[in-house]
Amino acid sequence: MHITLTHYLLVSAALFSFGVFAVISKRNAIIVLMGIELILNSANINFLAFSRFGNLNMEGQMAAIFVIILAAAEAAIALAIVLNIFKRFNTVNVDEVSTLKD
Amino acid sequence: METLSTLTTPDWLFYLFAVITVASAAFVAFTKNVVYAAFALLFTFFGVAGLYVLLNSDFLAVTQILVYVGGILVLILFGVMLTNRSISVDIQSETLKFAPALIVTAALLGTLAGFYTVTDWFFGGPGAEITATSTAPNIGNALVTTHALPFEVASVVLLVALVGAAMIARRDK
Repeated sequence: MHITLTHYLLVSAALFSFGVFAVISKRNAIIVLMGIELILNSANINFLAFSRFGNLNMEGQMAAIFVIILAAAEAAIALAIVLNIFKRFNTVNVDEVSTLKD
Repeated sequence: METLSTLTTPDWLFYLFAVITVASAAFVAFTKNVVYAAFALLFTFFGVAGLYVLLNSDFLAVTQILVYVGGILVLILFGVMLTNRSISVDIQSETLKFAPALIVTAALLGTLAGFYTVTDWFFGGPGAEITATSTAPNIGNALVTTHALPFEVASVVLLVALVGAAMIARRDK
């Protein structure tokens, strides 16, 4: 059976679901960030798959490049925030840092 | 100048990269050890880069490896190491509400997979052939012509984000 658009979409759906699972079920903020990276990667696979199979040549790839740029910025900011949370609360478990004011 | 030749890629290459990607992503989602999750993420990123090559975007595959593996994964490992008091490698993360999360995720996956399989895509054909020429010149041209404004905005966003991250993470305010 030849590889079609649906094959790539199914891989990206699996990646998206695992990312969502990591985001909603993990206590450690670092693994939540990893889940976000999985979700962004699945979105990128979708962009490129539609770009190739829809004969849109460059448009999907340009969108994917900007997704990668924003993922880099997001990772830097998020880890800086996580480091600050760890400095203040001495933990990065997302269920223990729910206070707004101490 | 090389002639524009088309390549035939065997189908098992897709299945190889798909299995690597999905299996290591599942490991990231289900393992309790944060360090293992970070290293499984490495395999996910490489698998996704392989899929990018099969999708005719070689430049993005290289960018994926440079930015994700070389940058984001190293940042994540720094985060793992800096946010734990213990000096052992065994850094655990418990799972909250495992069963409801699994149900929601399985429903999401089923919905997406069913939607993708049932839909009669307008362009369900074989798609563009994989060519032996690089896509980098086209991307470079697009970045300074049709996509010049998003490109400049992205550069400002990156600058602001990195300066902001340095400010936030600074030890003495």
